[in-house]
Amino acid sequence: MIVKILIRNAFRHKLRTSLTICGIAIAILAYGLLNTVIDAWYAGVEASAANRLITRNSISLIFRLPLSYREKIRSIDNVEIVSYGNWFGGYYKDEKNFFANFAVEPNSYIKLYPEYKIPENERTSFLKNRRGCLVGKKLADSFGWRIGDNISLISRIYPGKWEFVLMGIYRGKQKSVDETLFFFHWEYFNEMIKKSRPFSADNVGFYVIGVDNPENAALTAKTIDKGFENSLAETLTETEKAFQLGFVSMSESILDAIKLVSFVIIVIILVVVANTMVMSVRERINEYAVLKTLGFSGRHIAILILGESILITTIGGMVGVMATFPAARIFSYAVGTFFPVFNVTKETLLQDVIVTLIVGITAGILPTWRATTIRITDGLRKIG
Amino acid sequence: MDTLEPIVSINNVTKTYKRGDQIIPVLEEISLVINKGDYLALMGPSGSGKSTLLNLIAGLDQADKGVIEVGGIDITVLSESELSRWRVSNVGFIFQFYNLIPVLTAFENVELPLILSDLSGKERKEHVFTALKVVNIEDRMSHYPSQLSGGQQQRVAIARAIVTDPTILVADEPTGDLDRASAANVLDLMDRLNRDLGKTIIVVTHDPWAGKRAHTVKLLDKGVLSDDSQDTHS
Repeated sequence: MIVKILIRNAFRHKLRTSLTICGIAIAILAYGLLNTVIDAWYAGVEASAANRLITRNSISLIFRLPLSYREKIRSIDNVEIVSYGNWFGGYYKDEKNFFANFAVEPNSYIKLYPEYKIPENERTSFLKNRRGCLVGKKLADSFGWRIGDNISLISRIYPGKWEFVLMGIYRGKQKSVDETLFFFHWEYFNEMIKKSRPFSADNVGFYVIGVDNPENAALTAKTIDKGFENSLAETLTETEKAFQLGFVSMSESILDAIKLVSFVIIVIILVVVANTMVMSVRERINEYAVLKTLGFSGRHIAILILGESILITTIGGMVGVMATFPAARIFSYAVGTFFPVFNVTKETLLQDVIVTLIVGITAGILPTWRATTIRITDGLRKIG
Repeated sequence: MDTLEPIVSINNVTKTYKRGDQIIPVLEEISLVINKGDYLALMGPSGSGKSTLLNLIAGLDQADKGVIEVGGIDITVLSESELSRWRVSNVGFIFQFYNLIPVLTAFENVELPLILSDLSGKERKEHVFTALKVVNIEDRMSHYPSQLSGGQQQRVAIARAIVTDPTILVADEPTGDLDRASAANVLDLMDRLNRDLGKTIIVVTHDPWAGKRAHTVKLLDKGVLSDDSQDTHS
């Protein structure tokens, strides 16, 4: 009977309840999307492997390192594989079609990133063809590229028109893998550089180093940097995760702002639901007094009010959660390659559920307290 | 001889209310005995303390001083939760504005006090049907309060009051919101409950008609029971 009253009370004012549910749904949707944006920011960090190190020039990423470092790094204990590459900074046809693109040493790079799933024939073709390129599925789909297509990129850093042939399309083994990257042969890149900017040739932007065991990563990083101390180009080696976090920290203020907005959204839904519950309970204070007169305890009244609050927020929360998936797809499509990985995670859904419950309970506390503590005779005097 | 057995015994009860720093006396040294099967009307001007006295007898409020025994139990020493449990089986309430739960049907409203009992679902149903039959509203049992007239709602409220077979029935202005015909029906029904089922009824009313139906009328003025109580049966 208590549950029956609770449910019927919740839908007594259909318009009010519907509007409250809509408000909660929109707020949970916004909260979920903002959390997904934050997750997307950290996607690179999440996807990084513990056994990969990144070595770069200690002054800044824009300064290069000699190619000759490769052999010295390879000879260090615990180092299993060394790859290298350069940030290319290219775009496709129009500057707005910008995405991450790198010239890499393909053999070693592919070995270092087993999370890229490449069909065997495409892998072989890419490795054989010096002008070949390998792109992520999401990127290929966004421009409608197919295997064998000629692709021209224009670089903001390296002049000229760079021609490539699409030889392979990779997919991520996990959802967290970025499928918007563009790779091509470092050899081709270096040859072209030799022609146009010979002073820049035989230099790399970064080394990617695979170590035998993640436990040896810190020691290996130290050894590498020590090996190049007092050289013309000193190195800074860190784990891939730390390297990615360095990028994220550059936009920390934006992330803080997003987190603040998320918090404000929670406060707003809390106020909306609390307002609905306070209004409802004020109107029904006489009924709660009648129930108490008939012998129902404060616990029963609390179940009625808190239950109603939780029921309304749960329905709103569920609608919000369900709407988050299509909204995230639309959002992801709209922002293109800006967020390479934009997935609604289980953690985000769990947070949605927790926030919904917290809001439901918190919003019901004040009206519950009022309804349970009011004297029966005072409550009976109030006509709803 | 049953009628002379005291069911409610009030001894030197005092009640005051606080309004800011002011202490307002509402009942002063009230003493009263109500016998089993009695039908008592408390009458008096507004603010005389009759509803307060009714609330004290029904265990809805606490006296500042004095003793109130109902069915041999001193209810002034009971805690809030003990009073709550006591009310379930000892007091049936009839209010001026019926106070039915609008989201429940007539049947469910009558069933409400039984939810807290140990009765099975089947037994509850039987009790509810019996109560609805007594007040002659069983044909409207699936209706919601908003689909019933004032008189019908009050009959449902009376069914809810008697469904637990309480020791006493208390009614606060039971005809105050009804037209003359509906009021007469409700008073007839209360007469029957008292006469045929032996229910002890205590009613607070302004309505002289309602007062006339009671066996005894007690007059309250400024919190004091006056001596010129009337025995309407004599």
